[in-house]
Amino acid sequence: MERYYQEEIETASREQIHQWQSERLVKQVQNVWENVPFYKQKMMEAGITPEDIKSVDDLHKLPFVTKDDLKNCYPYGLLARPLADCVRIQSTSGTTGRRVVAFYTQHDLDLWEDCCARAIVAAGGTKDDVCHVCYGYGLFTGGPGLNGGSHKVGCLTLPMSSGNTERQIQFMTDLGSTILCCTPSYAAYLAESIQERGLGDSIKLKAGIFGAEAWTEEMRHDIEEKLGIKAYDIYGLTEISGPGVSFECSAQTGMHVNEDHFIAEVINPNTGEPVPDGEKGELVFTCITKEAFPLIRYRTRDICILSREKCSCGRTHVKMTKPLGRSDDMLIVKGVNVFPSQIETVLMNKGYPANYQIIVDRVNNSDTIEVQVEMTAEMFSDNLSEVSAKERELVNALKAMLGIYAKVKLVAPKSITRSEGKAVRIIDKRNLYQQK
Amino acid sequence: MAVKQISVFVENKPGKLAELTDLLSQHKINLRALYLADAVDFGIARLIVDDIYNTSTVLREANYVSSIKDVLAVRLPDEPGGLFKVLDLLGKNGINVEYMYAFTTRIQGTANMIFRVEDNKRAVELLSTNGISQIGQEELEKL
Repeated sequence: MERYYQEEIETASREQIHQWQSERLVKQVQNVWENVPFYKQKMMEAGITPEDIKSVDDLHKLPFVTKDDLKNCYPYGLLARPLADCVRIQSTSGTTGRRVVAFYTQHDLDLWEDCCARAIVAAGGTKDDVCHVCYGYGLFTGGPGLNGGSHKVGCLTLPMSSGNTERQIQFMTDLGSTILCCTPSYAAYLAESIQERGLGDSIKLKAGIFGAEAWTEEMRHDIEEKLGIKAYDIYGLTEISGPGVSFECSAQTGMHVNEDHFIAEVINPNTGEPVPDGEKGELVFTCITKEAFPLIRYRTRDICILSREKCSCGRTHVKMTKPLGRSDDMLIVKGVNVFPSQIETVLMNKGYPANYQIIVDRVNNSDTIEVQVEMTAEMFSDNLSEVSAKERELVNALKAMLGIYAKVKLVAPKSITRSEGKAVRIIDKRNLYQQK
Repeated sequence: MAVKQISVFVENKPGKLAELTDLLSQHKINLRALYLADAVDFGIARLIVDDIYNTSTVLREANYVSSIKDVLAVRLPDEPGGLFKVLDLLGKNGINVEYMYAFTTRIQGTANMIFRVEDNKRAVELLSTNGISQIGQEELEKL
């Protein structure tokens, strides 16, 4: 028997969803027109006013919001409510300019936590469960989102946060955790650690909710088998709220978007034109119920496919595939967003040629990133410690920029592969995106 | 009386040193001495060659990164305590040796060392006033 957190909403008819979306979109557009000068200006430039938006069918008339817009509006430029009404800030990693700072009113936190609660219930969670959350807590949305959702469901919540695997396993065995929330790579690591210690029988886990990074079906089967659980995918982004923008149900064939809060569209990333269901394109979200930070037609840069086919779980909300790639060159390494341009900036600031290659891999279920830099006469010396000191300086500068450790490898001049005269900048050996 | 040493960046991969020496041999460059320092992913090959300027050109044209530095070439009596005498003298006068290495010549009865120090001028004077024999660039190229 399929269980729902908010059955009437999750199984509403398509007509009902269309009606909710239309009413809420019209209200939201009026709201941002009046309260956010950025949106008013953008709409005026596009030659439209709130009167042009009569239903969700008019959504395509609205201009897009991009990551660059967020950068230009940092920090308060997209706020639709006075700061006094906001109660929380969450943020992505990365340096100023690339860092997203999102604001929440109490209403916004409630709807976000409802979305996470739907995901937990879809994974079989009830008030009798012990929900073990080892996403990071703090500015990162993973921990706070699932923590809030777990409270709403009434699970006994273990706010473990990330790291300290020994302690994670001890709590898991001593307190009988039944639902695990973390990144898929950490779940795979935990599964191996539990197997190595021969503790498989002491674990009471039945389900896992894993997101914040790309993972494959092979990884899912591996985790499910090793932990003896069902592994569910969850999707979200700080810009839109956090985890729970969409979540997987018992069918495990895509993630239901919480369409009463977020309108999902898929567009052609080159033309901006909407593409039909079933076709690959860039995912775009519009927040129709959020108060503080309601992004309108935000381009996620994630490539995916939408499907409105009837789902065996009884939910009616549109399903999206796992992200199948990116329409920009952003990499997600250890859950952190990395742009090659950030690496290029560091190299140029330190006087290196912008001749580099980024090699991303996954070793023992943990992401690694290596930046290969061609050696130059300026940085070379006969003295090993001098060269090593320069290498270390570069490692530190990259860490400061990216927020994660990146190995630096100095290579011979002209040794970085060039195809048709253009260097291949990124080699991602993880193969995390499934081809469709 | 310092001599020129040329250092070359070499990736730490099989065959890379062979490539370098092959290049030098193709250009009839003879190695007097070679000393390798290795980090995890790369090494620095310090070379004493018979024609420093030709070597520098050949390396540059083959896309190697190299650097030329003055080092001391010292001739020691081939007997116990020969090296100690030099190191003791440098040490007592506050001259730090960053690295050093030995090399052979066809001359019997002497040992030959390269010393890399910060202050070449002071070191040269010190060795000269203390009667320690040094090898100059021209002599080195003819060895």
